[in-house]
Amino acid sequence: MDLDALAGCLASSACLVTQTTSGLIIGMLLFLVAVGLTLIFGVLKVVNFSHGAFYMFGAYFAMTAYQLTGSFALAMLAGAAGTAVLGLVFERVFMSRVYGADVLMQLLVCYAFVLIFDDVVRLIWGPEFKAMGMPSAFQVMPLFIAGGVVPPYYLLLIGVALVAAIVLGAGLSRTRIGKVIRAAAHNPGMVSALGINTGLIYGGVFALGGMLAGLAGALAAPVRSLTPGMGFSVLIESFIVTVIGGMGSILGALIGALLLGLIRSFGSLGFPLFTEGLMYLFMVIVLVSKPTGLFGKEAA
Amino acid sequence: MTKTRTPGISRRSTLALMGAGAMSVAAPWVARAQAKTIKIGMPTILSGRVAQLGTSSRNAVMLEVEKVNAAGGLAGRQIEMVIRDSKGQPQEAARVARELVNTDGCELLLDGEASSGSFAVHEVARDLGVLCIHTCSEASSLTADPKQHIPNAFRCVRQGIHDSIVGGSYAASIAKAKGLKKWATCSPDYAYGRDTTGEFTLYLKRFAPDVEVISESWPKLFQPDYTEVVTKILQAKPQALYSCLWGGDLTSYIDQANIYAMFSQMEVFAVNMADYTALTVVKNLPKGIHSGNRYIKTFPTTPENAAWGDAYRAKYNEYPTNWSWQNATAVMFLAEAAKKANSADGKKLAEVLKGLTIKCPFGADGTVTMRGDDHTLVGYAIGWGTTIPQEPYVPEVKAGDWKTIFELEAEWKKSKGYT
Repeated sequence: MDLDALAGCLASSACLVTQTTSGLIIGMLLFLVAVGLTLIFGVLKVVNFSHGAFYMFGAYFAMTAYQLTGSFALAMLAGAAGTAVLGLVFERVFMSRVYGADVLMQLLVCYAFVLIFDDVVRLIWGPEFKAMGMPSAFQVMPLFIAGGVVPPYYLLLIGVALVAAIVLGAGLSRTRIGKVIRAAAHNPGMVSALGINTGLIYGGVFALGGMLAGLAGALAAPVRSLTPGMGFSVLIESFIVTVIGGMGSILGALIGALLLGLIRSFGSLGFPLFTEGLMYLFMVIVLVSKPTGLFGKEAA
Repeated sequence: MTKTRTPGISRRSTLALMGAGAMSVAAPWVARAQAKTIKIGMPTILSGRVAQLGTSSRNAVMLEVEKVNAAGGLAGRQIEMVIRDSKGQPQEAARVARELVNTDGCELLLDGEASSGSFAVHEVARDLGVLCIHTCSEASSLTADPKQHIPNAFRCVRQGIHDSIVGGSYAASIAKAKGLKKWATCSPDYAYGRDTTGEFTLYLKRFAPDVEVISESWPKLFQPDYTEVVTKILQAKPQALYSCLWGGDLTSYIDQANIYAMFSQMEVFAVNMADYTALTVVKNLPKGIHSGNRYIKTFPTTPENAAWGDAYRAKYNEYPTNWSWQNATAVMFLAEAAKKANSADGKKLAEVLKGLTIKCPFGADGTVTMRGDDHTLVGYAIGWGTTIPQEPYVPEVKAGDWKTIFELEAEWKKSKGYT
């Protein structure tokens, strides 16, 4: 425990800026993965245990597109669009068959695909780790804001994730499609009886969730090494986010992810040997005081 | 019209089988010629995150075995390698090793396991009495601790303590020259990371007593994001950083630290940087990272080493790794020992291996020795240098001095109660 370091940081604007942006970066990437997970659970009532694979595919798709075209924008597009298509196919061909089955069956199917997807990556890209490399446009000196260090690439990353959060939030609450999705989450039988194709909604939501995880993977690709199985650790943290924020709540995923990011960045200063433990401790405290999560709704 | 043959063994096959049986009774050498091959078992890691290292071990062994077989084999017996995946799990490594000897009839073992697995395979070798050469574990205690000593096990691998002595002495000379007094460390949070970092700082402070470690970070193994670690180190404002992160963890760390311009703010000493697995993957390798040599075809700067690196690359279309040269050296030791003993018998080979010096492309002076008293490899090329972003990646490596290594290693062993 090094509370002096933590107190010293809180008193210094340079440290405060650096550690806060560091927390935002970790949190925003986590949010993109976790929001897909929570969205799929909210509408489809399925815990998509294979969600980390979409993050992995997003990163690999982006790396390949970047190697082929040299364009960062196309790489991001490939990561997002590729995983959206993959999500749609995965949902229509496999997941749609186990909606009625019990939770254990859904879990087994997802786990099987975690292993299958990892092996597919191994077959296509090889077992060794890869790196995409930072696009030359972002190979610049970091910005110094109030004495704190902020890399320009991370500003872009936070911006993209923030735009995704706003579009998603506004889209679900203010558009007709958003209303239909929320209705399908609440009462799929009634939505279906009104002549709306619920299969299409389910496929679309799964594709959207996959796309957000894929986008997170694509954004992370320039700064994280790519290996088969890279989605697993992200998945665990995403589950913590959804448990803290409340399963099915988009605002909860955002707040949960940001809190986790800040716990990591400031925790590493004050509790360097217990940073991981802090995340779980926080989860336990939330679960004990509010079992449905910070923004979760009580089951009817 | 086509004829269909009834299933089961045909009259012609029966006659052929009877003929072969009669031949082996009348001329037993024909049958013995089959048994003349010697099977060598090798558990190694062929799946999971470090599969690349296991694969490169297998490649190097096969490259050398082909040469030995072409030259007549091990004391006249052709080598047949039986290589199995342990998935990097110690219990699986032990099971595979036992099965290779008991079921597959392997007479020798090459243990291609990382440290955790090698101790498990070592116990199997102790139990079965089979000759076993460890080819990947760098944990010093495997051969330094007398409790681990058995007459039939050898280690043909670089050693953590050797690397720390050379690294500490090299880093201290830079620290003195550039006035680097405030240091930070960032290493993976498991036995290897903790031990190696502890030994490095021990020798750094011994050679440069006014050095002070002002910040320590212990990210967990295979952590995807190091942002909070990078920013924490930046807050501490050290003049130099030591890290023994390796593989994908090291390349992630470099990419993430790079965008914070960390490498322009402090001298970085990353012992595992100068390995082709990391050097060729990092897209924006900063100039001037100090690193220990792992395998690099330009150190030692001999035509033999360069030729070996090129031959490996020509055959497998990739560069060898640190595990590759160690495994190749083990096969070279076996071939030389078999020549001297004129036998492929494990016990006789073990007798000859003690204190054996062989010509080797990876030797500091063109030779390496299997030290007699603790059955471990010495005299291999070991040194530190700084990186550049393109080939040869580490243009100049400052070689470590084996005389100093031996002196300090003896002291270290005494302090640990090993001697």
